[in-house]
Amino acid sequence: MQFAELRNYASELRTFQLRVGVAGMLVLAAFGLLLARFVWLQVLQHEAYRAKAEENRIAIVPVPPSRGLILDRNGEVLARNYLAYTLEIFPAQVQDLEATIAQLAEFVDIQPRDRARFRKLLQETRNAESMPIRTRLTDEEVSRIAANRWRFTGVDIKARLFRQYPHGEVASHVIGYIGRITTRDLERLEGLEVDANYRGTDYIGKAGIEASYQQELHGTTGLERVEIDAAGRGMRTLSRVTAQAGNNISLTLDIRLQEVAERAFGARRGALVAIEPATGGVLAFVSVPGYDPNLFVDGIDPQSWDALNNSPDHPLNNRAIAGVYPPGSTFKPFMALAALELGKRTPRSTINDPGYFVFGDRRFRDSKPGGHGTVDMYKSIVMSSDVYYYMLANDMGIDAIAGFMKRFGFGTRTGIDLEGEAAGVLPSPEWKQARFSRPEQQKWYAGETISVGIGQGYNAYTPAQLAQALATLANNGDMFRPRLVSHVDNARTGERRYVEPQLVRQLQLRPEHIAVVKHAMAGVNKEGTAARAFAGAQYSSGGKTGTAQVVAIKQNEKYDESKVAEHLRDHALYIAFAPLEGPKIALAVLVENGGFGARTAAPIARTVLDYFLLGKLPAAPRQRAPEAEVNTGAQSD
Amino acid sequence: MEIAGRPLHRLRARLVEGIDAPLFALALALAAIGLAALYSASYENAARVANQLANLALALAAMWAMAQVPPQTLARFALPAYVLALALLLGVALAGEVVNGARRWLNLGVVRFQPSEMMKIAMPMMLAWYFHRREGAIRLRDFALASVLLAVPVLMVARQPDLGTALLVAAAGFFVIFFAGIGWKLLAGLAAVALACLPPLWGLMHDYQRRRILTLLDPSTDPLGAGYHIIQSTIAVGSGGITGKGWLNGSQTHLEFIPERHTDFIFAVYSEEFGLIGNIALLALYALLIARGLSIAAGAPTLFARLLAGAVAMIFFTYAFVNMGMVAGILPVVGVPLPFISYGGTSLLTLFIGIGILMSIHRHRKLVQT
Repeated sequence: MQFAELRNYASELRTFQLRVGVAGMLVLAAFGLLLARFVWLQVLQHEAYRAKAEENRIAIVPVPPSRGLILDRNGEVLARNYLAYTLEIFPAQVQDLEATIAQLAEFVDIQPRDRARFRKLLQETRNAESMPIRTRLTDEEVSRIAANRWRFTGVDIKARLFRQYPHGEVASHVIGYIGRITTRDLERLEGLEVDANYRGTDYIGKAGIEASYQQELHGTTGLERVEIDAAGRGMRTLSRVTAQAGNNISLTLDIRLQEVAERAFGARRGALVAIEPATGGVLAFVSVPGYDPNLFVDGIDPQSWDALNNSPDHPLNNRAIAGVYPPGSTFKPFMALAALELGKRTPRSTINDPGYFVFGDRRFRDSKPGGHGTVDMYKSIVMSSDVYYYMLANDMGIDAIAGFMKRFGFGTRTGIDLEGEAAGVLPSPEWKQARFSRPEQQKWYAGETISVGIGQGYNAYTPAQLAQALATLANNGDMFRPRLVSHVDNARTGERRYVEPQLVRQLQLRPEHIAVVKHAMAGVNKEGTAARAFAGAQYSSGGKTGTAQVVAIKQNEKYDESKVAEHLRDHALYIAFAPLEGPKIALAVLVENGGFGARTAAPIARTVLDYFLLGKLPAAPRQRAPEAEVNTGAQSD
Repeated sequence: MEIAGRPLHRLRARLVEGIDAPLFALALALAAIGLAALYSASYENAARVANQLANLALALAAMWAMAQVPPQTLARFALPAYVLALALLLGVALAGEVVNGARRWLNLGVVRFQPSEMMKIAMPMMLAWYFHRREGAIRLRDFALASVLLAVPVLMVARQPDLGTALLVAAAGFFVIFFAGIGWKLLAGLAAVALACLPPLWGLMHDYQRRRILTLLDPSTDPLGAGYHIIQSTIAVGSGGITGKGWLNGSQTHLEFIPERHTDFIFAVYSEEFGLIGNIALLALYALLIARGLSIAAGAPTLFARLLAGAVAMIFFTYAFVNMGMVAGILPVVGVPLPFISYGGTSLLTLFIGIGILMSIHRHRKLVQT
């Protein structure tokens, strides 16, 4: 045994030495191969390569395409390009950046924020050839730098196309903005296999349409063969493949309507989404406060960025698709429709609303103390009875509610053509099971179903979902995917490509059931909770007010708006469509901490509908009514 | 005199202890060539050269430290080093930082760290240690197990994706298995399996990696992208001719036609300026370095030391061959630096640690096995 092992040792050693010899041969063979290749390139083909290197005074310079425009439905320009001179630094060629910048500051105005922005760009972008220290130079500055050009290495003046958003903050959450291509963007472009088309391009869409239609807007990069001198300076252009400008994007949005809608919010925070029910085209898309996208164009400076990012109003949040809110009583028309479709109620069946509903040992209160008395379906919507829907939810059960609402798109992304959409929450026992980890939290309690019935509880949807659901109802059950783009124009060929309406599903609802709910919603605006906001309207419309609780109120407490801090006040909601026959518009309005939907959200909708249907511009902004006067406590939403 | 001189003398003796003169001279000569090429590639930027000198100083310190560690101690650390490197690779896969499209870095707060680099050393140590324990009774299943130990980290690195490092780690492990005496038939079988793995591997590859291989076949298809690298680097090499254009006079280099000219493509700069003669000198230096490594391996007393030294020498070979082959346009573009010459602290550190290991093995060649 020992002998065998010793022999093994010896044979393993012999094998090893043999293998070392083989490895040595491998090295020699591989190096011989390299040597042969070197001889081929450097001796046999040397003349050819020498000539190529001589000819290689021809640099291939990418020519970035000009970015497509963004227009509204009437051809009004929302994003365009203009030519301006920038002062650029080539970091790789500069020994001491700070000294160079200080020296440049003697000739052009360089603010601390320019320096801060330059440093930020330097951190975000790797391997960039050149980086702007100053943008939009005046003619005088250009000539001053040009005259002193010899003093600097690694500094140059470039003509660049800049993006401009003529409407500033208006529709900022739709249009979005562009910014410099970061390392992260580059990785994405590499993943999409389009990075070669981005050579020479410094900017890319970061938000809104600018981001979601980046590929359309970008165009095709051209290239120039430029003869360069021994120092690498361009002498003349030998040939070029012209760049193809990006496609122009036309939106379904009406920028005038958008302006009216945004102005109607005043200083309030909130969102509004207005949809054309028959196509899904978005007519207005508001998230306020917004921001000025022009700030981002040549790299936002850190101060402005901090101001936007740290504002308590969160202007960078797109509330319309990324904010989720309980729908409050705007949920009731859908509940009513569910009751009819599932045979849980008839339009005429009534309940008694004493102002509360007792379930187990809990009292669920109606927002009107004393209740609405005898309530049928029409009255339940027009006066917004809570008790009617507490009972209905209890009779239907959570599974039936969730099943029906899911078909209306609640708790599912609408698929609108913007990035960053939230899914929201359609509460169900399965959802709760998945959402929580502790077993006692995972259980669904029957009491929770009751608050779901009036749009509270775990319900949380985006304003866009609410608008889509209403548009589906207005459209008698045919659901379209909301979209912002109407058509794409190829600037070169003139070819126009329409974005076809995309039918998501047909809900197959009974026409008589829809008629009942629509009739009741018309009642809301005629004689119900939104009657005051729609007094004297010259068109027919249907609506529903809503109020979403931000903080829970204790069992025996009364919600008193004047006593609650502004950011803890209820959210005001309102949904409406008009006209009643063949609706042209369906919208959802949300006013954060706006209190009663009837008071703050419905008037905004009225302003928007007046403009959209009648072309009526709102009167000069009225003084807002003092807060305390309105709350009588008897008001229902 | 006597009193002051003795400690100084002793210090010097302590410093040169364990330093193998031929290895040291060869590595330093290569590093010096690297600095000269870097100076030209960076358009005579002294700051960058100074930076690389600092990297070199650190690498030399690491080499010296490794030369002091006896192979037996290294063997003790083989398994922990391998497990640690594997754990860190897992960390990278789960929480690594993405730089230039690849998830390779682990951010440790102060420094960013590339665990795949550590694997280049840990892998041959681990396999050498494993075969050493099985010495005298190495069977088929040992080769199978070793292949698994090799394949797992290689696939993890390849998925980052870092094809260059994956290739080097794979080579490091493969040469241990090769030196351990895997049968020729088995080797042929493995080669067949590897060939069979190519199509699925093609599917796993990132698009840019596929494009690099395709453009090797026809560089003109992608003149703005990866093909441009190959076209320009071959022109640089070819136009260098027999004697080269002279230091700092490469037009390809100085007109910015050579991409990545400080790092992976620095050989194009060197070859353009020093020509075929320079290339032969460089090949000779590498050949001598590898030969010295192999001869140290042949004279090593234990199986662990033999296998480790042999693998380290052959890693140097793999680096040099793959890089020069890529620049000369006969191998696809993978991110493998030219050893001792390309700019960058991490690879220099790893390489000199390898030199240090060889020195230690050589120094302890007469120690009797315990």
